[in-house]
Order: sequence, then C-alpha cells, then structure tokens
Amino acid sequence: MVFRRRQAPVLARRRDGRWDLNLGPDERALLASLADQLRELMDDDPDDPSLERLRPPAYPDDADAEAGYRLLAGEELRDSRQAALSVLASTGELEVIDDDQATAWMQAINALRLVVGTRLDVSEEDEGPTSFDDPDAPMWALYGYLTQLLGRTIEALQG
Amino acid sequence: MPVVTPETKPVETWSPTGDTEVEPDEPWIVLVWNDPINLMDYVTFVFQKLFGYSLEKATRLMRQVHEEGRAVVSSGDKAKAELDVFRLHEHGLWATMQQDV
Repeated sequence: MVFRRRQAPVLARRRDGRWDLNLGPDERALLASLADQLRELMDDDPDDPSLERLRPPAYPDDADAEAGYRLLAGEELRDSRQAALSVLASTGELEVIDDDQATAWMQAINALRLVVGTRLDVSEEDEGPTSFDDPDAPMWALYGYLTQLLGRTIEALQG
Repeated sequence: MPVVTPETKPVETWSPTGDTEVEPDEPWIVLVWNDPINLMDYVTFVFQKLFGYSLEKATRLMRQVHEEGRAVVSSGDKAKAELDVFRLHEHGLWATMQQDV
C-alpha cells in the first residue's frame, strides 16, 4: 500500500524459521521481470560493459593468475548468479522462503542494483537525475527503489 | 681502467631479489575496495555473514574501505583466499587478493 505510513518488514521471520515475503503484486511482477531481463543479458551478451561489476578481477596486477582464476571460478560465479536471479525471478509465486533463498534474493537485488548503477555511471557524489527531462530519470527511479528494497532486506535479515 | 678479475668478484650467496620474494606458505590477504555503488549497510552485512565478524568489527572494516579506499578483510593460504574472494564476488563486492609481503 503506497500511502500507508509504516511498511511491514519486507521479510518477516516465521515460527518455522523461514521467512514471509511481504510484497504487493506489482512489486513482485517488477522484480521477476528485472531478474529475467538480467539473466537474459548475462546469457546473450556476457561481455556487456554494464555487467562489469558482477565479475571483478581477483588478481588485477597479474594477468596469468587472473586467467587462472577466471578458468577456475568464472563459470561457477555465473552459475551462482543465475541461480540467485532465478530465485528472484520466481518472486511472483513465492510467499515463504528459507534462509538460502533469502540470501539468494538479497544477492540478486544487489546484482540488479550494481548493473543499474553501472549503467548510470554512479559516482560517490551522484544524487540522482539533474532535471525532470533527464532521459535517465526512470533509471534513477529504479535505482532508488532497489536501494530502498535492499536496505529493507538487510534490516530484516539482521533482525 | 680497473679490471675486475673473476677472483675478486664477490660471490653472490643470495639473490638480489631475495627480499621481495615470498615463501610459498606466506599468507595471502584479501582486500575489498571502495566502490560508489555498494551500500555501506550491505558491505557490513556481507562481512558479518561471510566471516562471522561482530557488527563492530564488520562496521570498522566497512568504514576503512569507505574512508581509506580499501581494507584487508581476511587472510590465509592461497586456496582460502581464493574462496573468500569468490564468495565476496558472489555478493557483488570488489575483492582482490595478493601475497602479504
């Protein structure tokens, strides 16, 4: 509910140790769609520069060691990201999630936020769009939403 | 011009680069670098979750990343450091590793 003063925690701990996912249908549909879009981008265009922050170098000053790390961990990192995004992509149907799904959910929201932030080329000083007709304004709105959702998720998980 | 004969040339008993080389078992360190996107609360939470650090310790490391540009968040042998880097990458943090010299 948009006009309600206090929002329920986005994740609420249940007696059985799992989590209730408290989101309206619009938010669920939005998150599922964003997760699907990112999965598609990772599959179709893995070298897209907006994905850069999802695979930082482990050895920035050692090309050989870095190639070794990519070989060893690159695929596993992609698989893990895809798995996290698939949890977020099923947000439409998920009412109750366990701890592992909650972690995946948080990782996936953060991954979306990193990609949107990279597209916007966010810097420490950035406060958002500069004017109403800024073509990036919708992207900034999405970035702000993901920031708030991630903050609420961490708050809930920290208990 | 003085001629240095092989007899007068000092015998090198150690490599000149010896003091920059490290032993194979020397611990590796894992660094997390500041970036303008990851949320401070998120970084703190990830340090707690992955390394079991207290809120105080995790917050101090996060502040160090934010203010000094980087912080050493864990150390160990190469395999452990690589695993820690991988887990940090899974969480979208900018982590690198190097030998602690």
